[in-house]
Amino acid sequence: MASNSSGDSSSRHQTARHRLSVIAGHLQRPADSNAAVLAVECKAQGTTPNIRTGVRSEGRTVPRRRQEIMKWNGWGYSDSRFLFNKKGQAEFTGKRYRLSGMIIPGLKDWLESTFGASLQHKAPATPILNSSAVQPPTVNEAFVEELRSTGVPFSHEAEDRVFRSHGHCLHEIFALREGKIGRIPDMVVWPNCHNDVVKIVELACKHNVCLIPYGGGTSVSSALECPPEETRSIVSLDTSQMNRILWIDEKNLTARVESGIVGQDLERLLNESGYCTGHEPDSMEFSSLGGWVATRASGMKKNIYGNIEDLVVHIKTVTPRGVIEKSCQGPRMSTGPDIHHFIMGSEGTLGVVTEVTIKIRPMPEYQKYGSVVFPNFEQGVACLREVAKQRCAPASIRLMDNEQFKFGHALKPQVSSIFTSFLDGLKKFYITKFKGFDPNHLCVATLLFEGDREKVLQHEKQVYDIAAKFGGLAAGEDNGQRGYIMTFVIAYLRDLGMDYYVIGESFETSVPWDRVLDICRNVKARIVRECKDKGVQFPPLSTCRVTQTYDAGACVYFYFAFNYRGLSDPVHVYEQVEHAAREEVLANGGSLSHHHGVGKLRKEWMRETVSTVGMGMLQSVKDYVDPNNIFGNRNLL
Amino acid sequence: MASKVVYSHRDPMLKKRDDFEDMLEERRTTSDLRYALKCYTPALYKGLTPCKSSELKNMVLQSDQLLYVINQLSKETGTSTDEIEAEASAILEEMAHRLQLSTVRFFAFALSKVFKTVFRSICVNEEGIQRLQQAIQEHPVVLLPSHRSYMDFLLMSYILYTYDLALPVIAAGMDFMGMKVVGEMLRMSGAFFIRRSFGGDKLYWAVFSEYVKIMLKNGYAPVEFFLEGTRSRTAKSLTPKLGLLNIVLDPFLKGEVFDVNLVPVSISYERILEETLYARELLGVPKPKESTSGLFKARKILSEDYGSIHVYFGQPVSARSLAEGRVNRSQFNLIPRHIPRKPAEEIQDFVNDSAYRLVRAQEENMVLKPWVLLASLLLQNQAAGSKQGMQLEELTDQAVWLRDLSRQFGAFLHWPDNIPPSKVVSCSLSLHQSLVRISEGRVQLTLEQAGGRADPGLPLPAVTPEEELLNRAVIVLSCASYRNQALHVFIRPALLASAVHAASVNRKQEIFNTFSFLRNMFSDEFILRPGAEVQDFEEACYLLVKSGALQINQQQVLVTDRGHRTLAFLTSILDPFVQGYQMVCRFLCEEAAEGLTEKLFVPAVRKFITKHLLSGRLKYAEVLSSDLQKNALAALLRLGAVQRLRGRGEQGALKVNTVMVNSLEDTLGGKLPTQKPVAARL
Repeated sequence: MASNSSGDSSSRHQTARHRLSVIAGHLQRPADSNAAVLAVECKAQGTTPNIRTGVRSEGRTVPRRRQEIMKWNGWGYSDSRFLFNKKGQAEFTGKRYRLSGMIIPGLKDWLESTFGASLQHKAPATPILNSSAVQPPTVNEAFVEELRSTGVPFSHEAEDRVFRSHGHCLHEIFALREGKIGRIPDMVVWPNCHNDVVKIVELACKHNVCLIPYGGGTSVSSALECPPEETRSIVSLDTSQMNRILWIDEKNLTARVESGIVGQDLERLLNESGYCTGHEPDSMEFSSLGGWVATRASGMKKNIYGNIEDLVVHIKTVTPRGVIEKSCQGPRMSTGPDIHHFIMGSEGTLGVVTEVTIKIRPMPEYQKYGSVVFPNFEQGVACLREVAKQRCAPASIRLMDNEQFKFGHALKPQVSSIFTSFLDGLKKFYITKFKGFDPNHLCVATLLFEGDREKVLQHEKQVYDIAAKFGGLAAGEDNGQRGYIMTFVIAYLRDLGMDYYVIGESFETSVPWDRVLDICRNVKARIVRECKDKGVQFPPLSTCRVTQTYDAGACVYFYFAFNYRGLSDPVHVYEQVEHAAREEVLANGGSLSHHHGVGKLRKEWMRETVSTVGMGMLQSVKDYVDPNNIFGNRNLL
Repeated sequence: MASKVVYSHRDPMLKKRDDFEDMLEERRTTSDLRYALKCYTPALYKGLTPCKSSELKNMVLQSDQLLYVINQLSKETGTSTDEIEAEASAILEEMAHRLQLSTVRFFAFALSKVFKTVFRSICVNEEGIQRLQQAIQEHPVVLLPSHRSYMDFLLMSYILYTYDLALPVIAAGMDFMGMKVVGEMLRMSGAFFIRRSFGGDKLYWAVFSEYVKIMLKNGYAPVEFFLEGTRSRTAKSLTPKLGLLNIVLDPFLKGEVFDVNLVPVSISYERILEETLYARELLGVPKPKESTSGLFKARKILSEDYGSIHVYFGQPVSARSLAEGRVNRSQFNLIPRHIPRKPAEEIQDFVNDSAYRLVRAQEENMVLKPWVLLASLLLQNQAAGSKQGMQLEELTDQAVWLRDLSRQFGAFLHWPDNIPPSKVVSCSLSLHQSLVRISEGRVQLTLEQAGGRADPGLPLPAVTPEEELLNRAVIVLSCASYRNQALHVFIRPALLASAVHAASVNRKQEIFNTFSFLRNMFSDEFILRPGAEVQDFEEACYLLVKSGALQINQQQVLVTDRGHRTLAFLTSILDPFVQGYQMVCRFLCEEAAEGLTEKLFVPAVRKFITKHLLSGRLKYAEVLSSDLQKNALAALLRLGAVQRLRGRGEQGALKVNTVMVNSLEDTLGGKLPTQKPVAARL
């Protein structure tokens, strides 16, 4: 879809409209966005000095009461979900995504043949939150009193608190579906601006209240879980209402943005001015700028725009010791260890990021998807390595293994014309019969090119030429684009799986090039073996893709899922397998995390990852910045 | 599969073993030619990318590791890389196998003919074959047969061919290359040849290790080698060699393969082809150099009956499960994996420990024939000074008793229970006529030449007392090699029995100390896993309590009334070794001259022992075995009682710490109490 509209016109407006349709994560009809996107009243309560420039701030996605538009026990928007209709066909509901309202004929077979799942065996979720299952809040009266006087809105409501008690780890969602609720925040506050945060943190220190910053809530590292041993009142600090672009500096191509803005809003608002950040993590619909900073996020198009650490120019953070920020916005400094790097990846243990100056770029003139089929995964990896070596990686290049290729295929929506299906058949015939690719070995790389038209086409040719040297065949834009759609709907798909006894999760790592094949093979095999050893009745789905390339290595993303029928404690089995898989990653030279972060889920490996001295350094920073552990989510250390 | 950690069972009796099928049976009824030409389509490793042996060589020569070493050497020596590459290529040429199905078929045909004449049966556990077939498809496989005979690797390939399994590539000693035609034929049936020693030759090591690793990683073929390094002349398992095991574990440890399946294979011969050859070799009559003509001379073997062979394919042992919790594989994260590095201590310990476990797994599945028990009894009887041998009935009675005891200890004994014991005994005796004879209802070893037919291996009738002694020793050592087959069953209880025997008090801790001392002393002699004192002690206690010989409580170890017989037997089984080691100690104290070198050690100690045997002060002729003498010296070196002095040519002189050797001798003889053990306490 990328190329068709921008062919004849390069007017800024055109491009902006086109761009909108791309990034907003396949939001349908982004132009008449009112249908889907909830408008939230601009709030700026009371005393906040208004430093905003002309950027308007309406049309924000995230309301205070998130449960109004999002699922409380699953991924994403309430109106969007997979289900099997009366005919037994898979369907994606709602109107937000390109896949919305479509029939996905292959999904049922894939689900059944891959997992041994059956539509007869359903494991439905608890539909409504039972407030009586929620512990009454531990209220710190003095704190609440003083907070009330500042005018910052807050809530003790069960629904608000439960919503902010979890991320999207499997065990978290599984528990919610079962209606089980553990330790949750005792109250939620919604600061409106930096100064609100300063006040909240001061009060928290004064009254010894535990603060847990909450951005988009898309964590997959148990980072948002409330420590069960915490006896103080826990306050979830929801940054979602700090969502303004404060200014745009076109001379330096930077923008000052409040940390609570979610990815899709940030891109949309910048697009309106003809800019973008280009930072597109798979979670960008819901994850927030502050969250990216706090976890060292990575975006799909980092090859052009860089990861969050490359994008950030300035960070303002409120800590119990006070506000930490640099005095200027120089592009690089030699002033000792970069204090930004204490904040980036701090995972909410040191304070709250409130404002960020981030690099922006003019929107690309032209975008084009693409895909390449390789006879096997080894060839594919060799090709990616060569692309990285020649430093000519497109905005995004991802290599899916055979299982994931098949998975992607199963997500193909029903084709409307006989002609298309005929063409598909022809393509398949060409690749498998004429070129002799084994359908059980072949794998596909998906590509996304960005830039001016001329350069994109040139770049495209260069990449396809390299691919050809490794036996790769160009396989069209559609295949490429479908690969990227998958990353947005995969989380919805997990909810469907859970309806039918299938549980799963993804995890990632980064690894030197010479280890890529080994780690992929060994981790996948380890998952299969562990599942078998732990009594999983059906072979699991164990699949991976290489999602990012670097000079010295790559980021590898694994999915694994299995049918848990017959297991008495599936979550425990799941956790054991995940644990074993992580051990395998580490044993094969992989990192503890490339971009998901450590949270509490991977904390046990921190010491061996950064060494005892390294731990001591981090600990002493924590001890200085937050001696009373006000930011007590207990992540990382 | 293959995830079971090897061995370590509490009760050996409970060990489930597979049944055997005789694979010669079919050969006797159907055409050998058709069999040799049969359709051969083995199941292969799932990740296999098939390649020819020439491509394999290229892969080795192009490998990062080899190129790295070549570059290093070029920098060090100033030789051009081209020259070194040519050298590497030549090494590879000399080493590489050239597996050809036609040669294999030829062997299949010829060996069928030979086997049918020489052996009564070749029994294979078919379940093991099935497990192996499965294992080959899942992960790269390493076959680890025991090594008692030249036959071993031909036999292995023969079996794998018969069962339609992937033919292995086999690490063989360079000495085979001496046999021109045969050497090449072995090469074409999958053997690759390695030099016996290439200590500092980095290039050789790089070529060799890369060659093995590449074959293994690609699942090209199962890799086969002998953990023991060489044929055991004594039928005891040898202390494992670690070089090749290191190489085959490396791809797993470095994450280049998910797992490696190590398959211990136990090959037991009812009668070893090399029987007296080995005995003579141990006595110092040098072994004939391998040569094709020598092999043909061996054809008179064809006219004899060598009974049956049992081949047991053990449970595949996963390298991964061996390493679980023992090795931190992330230690390879920080240096490129193709740069050769000396393995860290942790890895060395792991490989060593794994090697011992695997050898024990081999031992456990060795089939013991009734003759093994008879040989043990006859040797003990002979050493006790009986000139006339044993009454047949008495021998039978004792054999039945020993049968039951060894079964309780978990021996894999093939004693046909449906045949009366007397029949079993006489059958066994008749197969070993060269070693034993029955006259007037008494069974005795054929120590005197009278009446015995000339054995092909024996020299001319003796004239001097020394020669006569040597002739006797040949018979005794041959017999001992059969008894030795059962030693792994008895060794732990025997060490405990000797410790109980030697201890002045029956305090458990004291006995454990003596046990540890003996165990430590004999750890070059028997397969005793380093660091497993307590485990071994507990196992020995368990077995002896279970068989009713001992009662053990928190503090004390008590011998029961009926236990005396068991303990006496066990003590006697260890006694030749105890006395042998004492002899070596005494020799070193009394006669070791200034310039004694390792090379001179064996002849000198042999002379010393001969003297003692002739004078009647020593009763065990088997102490003449150079194997025992070398092991004793190795133990003394290990314990620091003897030191190797460096310098002065290749042969380092030995420096004896007389005080220490003396005290070791006295401790062995029970004259001195055991000192506090260094490490373990119960």
